[in-house]
Amino acid sequence: MCRLALKTAREPFSPYDVLTAMEAMQEGYDGSGLGLLLRGMEFEDFRYNPKFPILSGIAESEKAWRRLDSFMEERGYELKYDHKFHMKRAHMNGKDRYRYFVRAYRMPDRFADADQDARETELLKTRLALRRDGEEHGGDLSVFSFWPDVTMIKEVGWPLQVGNTLSLHDGQIKARVCMAQGRQNTNYGINLYACHPFFIQGIATMTNGENTAFVPIRDWLIGRNLPGYIGYQSDSEVFTHILHYTLKHLKLPLQIYKHIITPLNAAELDKHPQGDFLKGLRDACRRLIIDGPNAVIGTLPDETCLLVMDHKKLRPATVGGREGVWAIASEMCGVDAMIPDRDPALDFQPMREHTVIIPPQRKELTVWSQYEQFPLSQAA
Amino acid sequence: MVPIRTIPVEPGSLTYPDLPWIIEHREDRCTLCGHCTTVCPKECLHLAYRRQRMPRLDVLSNKRGSEYRTFTGIRQRTDMAHACIGCGMCAMVCPNEAIMPVPNSVERRTLFFTNQKGEAAKRGGRRNAPGATLLDRIIFDRISMLTDPALDAGRHEFTVTTTIGRILSPEDYLARRLDGGWIPTTREVFPFIIGSMSFGALSPNMWLGLLQGVAYCNEVLGIPVVMCTGEGGCPPWVLKSPYLKYIILQIASGYFGWDEIIRAIPEMQCDPAAIEIKYGQGAKPGDGGLLMWYKVSKLIARLRGVPEGVDLPSPPVHQTLYSIEESVMKMIQTLSMAFGHKVPVYPKISASTSAKAVLNNLVRNPYAGGLLIDGIDGGTGAAYNVSMDATGHPVASNVRECYLDLCAQGMQNELPIYAAGGIGKNGNVAQNGMALIMLGASAVHIGKYIMQATAGCLGNEQNRCNVCNLGICPKGITSQNPKLYRRLDPDQVAERVAETFMTIQTEVKKIMAPLGRSQSLPIGMSDAIGISDKDAADRLQIKYVC
Repeated sequence: MCRLALKTAREPFSPYDVLTAMEAMQEGYDGSGLGLLLRGMEFEDFRYNPKFPILSGIAESEKAWRRLDSFMEERGYELKYDHKFHMKRAHMNGKDRYRYFVRAYRMPDRFADADQDARETELLKTRLALRRDGEEHGGDLSVFSFWPDVTMIKEVGWPLQVGNTLSLHDGQIKARVCMAQGRQNTNYGINLYACHPFFIQGIATMTNGENTAFVPIRDWLIGRNLPGYIGYQSDSEVFTHILHYTLKHLKLPLQIYKHIITPLNAAELDKHPQGDFLKGLRDACRRLIIDGPNAVIGTLPDETCLLVMDHKKLRPATVGGREGVWAIASEMCGVDAMIPDRDPALDFQPMREHTVIIPPQRKELTVWSQYEQFPLSQAA
Repeated sequence: MVPIRTIPVEPGSLTYPDLPWIIEHREDRCTLCGHCTTVCPKECLHLAYRRQRMPRLDVLSNKRGSEYRTFTGIRQRTDMAHACIGCGMCAMVCPNEAIMPVPNSVERRTLFFTNQKGEAAKRGGRRNAPGATLLDRIIFDRISMLTDPALDAGRHEFTVTTTIGRILSPEDYLARRLDGGWIPTTREVFPFIIGSMSFGALSPNMWLGLLQGVAYCNEVLGIPVVMCTGEGGCPPWVLKSPYLKYIILQIASGYFGWDEIIRAIPEMQCDPAAIEIKYGQGAKPGDGGLLMWYKVSKLIARLRGVPEGVDLPSPPVHQTLYSIEESVMKMIQTLSMAFGHKVPVYPKISASTSAKAVLNNLVRNPYAGGLLIDGIDGGTGAAYNVSMDATGHPVASNVRECYLDLCAQGMQNELPIYAAGGIGKNGNVAQNGMALIMLGASAVHIGKYIMQATAGCLGNEQNRCNVCNLGICPKGITSQNPKLYRRLDPDQVAERVAETFMTIQTEVKKIMAPLGRSQSLPIGMSDAIGISDKDAADRLQIKYVC
């Protein structure tokens, strides 16, 4: 079972904080992968403007690196900042990567007057084109995210070791939201893209466990023919795509996510104030019902963070913190490591009907129950 | 040349070793009570006088001689009309275990004589192909083991239901909610459905037992089992009862019984579970029903709206069912409309290489609520032997093909595919059904398994019994003769229905639990199954394991 840690704070902090939480929970993973997602970026040597999309990934060779450079240039992107990790290769026991890159770009001029949708689609398509390019060249280029204010790092290895290799403790990179997952490689092969968190258009989730309903869900998502619904080296990637599908394609509120992945049963829906709508939704989205055990932790473009469980609730997850700073982790010791000075009595472990939300203001937790009514015009 | 009949041998003369079943009778145990001869549905047993020579040797006088004893014994008739079918009713009623039919292992010559009176051989039952079926060979091998322990089938909560009826895409559903558009009705049911067996084919007691059992499963056990009527309609009292919601009404090519159904619509308390339109049957593709006069009792005649005691063969294709395209226009829409678009309507076709074409036609029809594909191993009350044994298409590859076709269109499960034909043929009903579900079926229909399990139907894969078409069913399951069907107690059938479905439910959970599935039926979970046959694995696009 993987270990998960997420910290969100008003003041940007070093991702190393979250890696120490991973260290506290170290018995739960095997070094087959670490994924890090940072949102709300701050760089020591650059005044970052959050409207610049950040491209993050790995180039395995100089050739791949040159290809990436010229591709972005041809597409009209202007490089604003290129972060140089202070690499300590002695700590690296896996493959010696040519370059980890975190680069901020200005969008091409043709998007100056474009609406939000067009810009978001362009970012997605650029990331996919780069990913495809890497795959066509023997996997020499991996791109994990291309989105404003978001950086992603993925590597095979133990979390702290990866952090030390990249000198993440040096304070050069900070973020307001950081999520990390130590991967216990299960049924699918070791592959950088298979490391959580998974990312699509600003939406990211990570999971500890196994989604046994993966194959039918994957088949259905692929059948949609929507850009970005590809990959699926991990059974957990569908959680991200279902969240994306719910919010971006169906344009439904966040509360619906839980109703889609783990609908209530018929008897419970009979009593629900929006039971009629939800029953229909359950039928329409029956193919997206997940079968855990899983705890799903995610963040949204507005820095909202969330935690939901599958219906069996056989995976642990705890949320705790205080005003301004909150942490979600798969183990209590992970929360302790990230926010030691909180009141642990106020920690919350969601039940299967709950969605825990940490809103962008980070004042307090919101806990939604599936049994409650929620605002939705369609359900009237 | 004029034949000289010195010995009674004709072209069609047969003797014991020529018959599929040989009666073994132990005279030393027989009390001549006559039970066996009375109960034999084929009247193949008869009492006959026999004479036996008793050699006598007087040692002292050195004389040899013979004595004769005469006794009454049991003989087996060897003409085709009375050939033993191996039902074993004689053994069942014999108080002294003195008699039983034994399968004949030598070549059977009766095959040459099954065309008496110029009629090709007909029988009920299903394809007699003994041995493990392809479904039997599929194993569930994706066991949650590494990071996640298997679930506990006894303690965890499982959702073991499926839907009948058209499922909209999420986008369509939301758009129609906003516009107030029509949203097709769906029914949440148990994925093992009692398949269509005509009211005319089954005896009233059998039918009543099934209905009682289904009602018990729903109302007491909470297992939402539904059953299909098959051609012949449904008794008016059922149509007007609250039990109608557990019934799928079938309209077949003969339209028998539909007058009664249409007449009952204004008085219906609830909607039926669904409407099934039969275009074809896996066991006899291209054939209609073959209900013969001896099964058309007063009740059947009244329900079907025909005179008593006349042959009622349904046409294989009625004029109005001329093509599937036309039927889309006519039948599905008409029937959907007749029930106010509140009842799912789906067609049943026999598995064939053109099933995919039919599927794609239905996918584009908003009123079609599913597609039932019936494979070659399916059963029937009556069919030509050659149809049953050698005509048709196996269901597994057909269902898989159709499911993958829907996946490619991004419409997986929007039009649910139901599978039928040979599920539980060798008794592995839950395993067979779940294998088909993981290949892509939303639910399976089981007919003969239910008869075998709930009423003790004697048919098996060794061409045993299979006289459903003759109205002489020794268990009273498919007979309209009160003397025979009174043998079957509806209450006991109902009890067995409940027991059967409780068991299937447990077995389904026992299959789902180790796969880590509990929240929804694993439809299309093809990563969970494997087969040790490379060709089958390639064809079905599942794992090859050995």
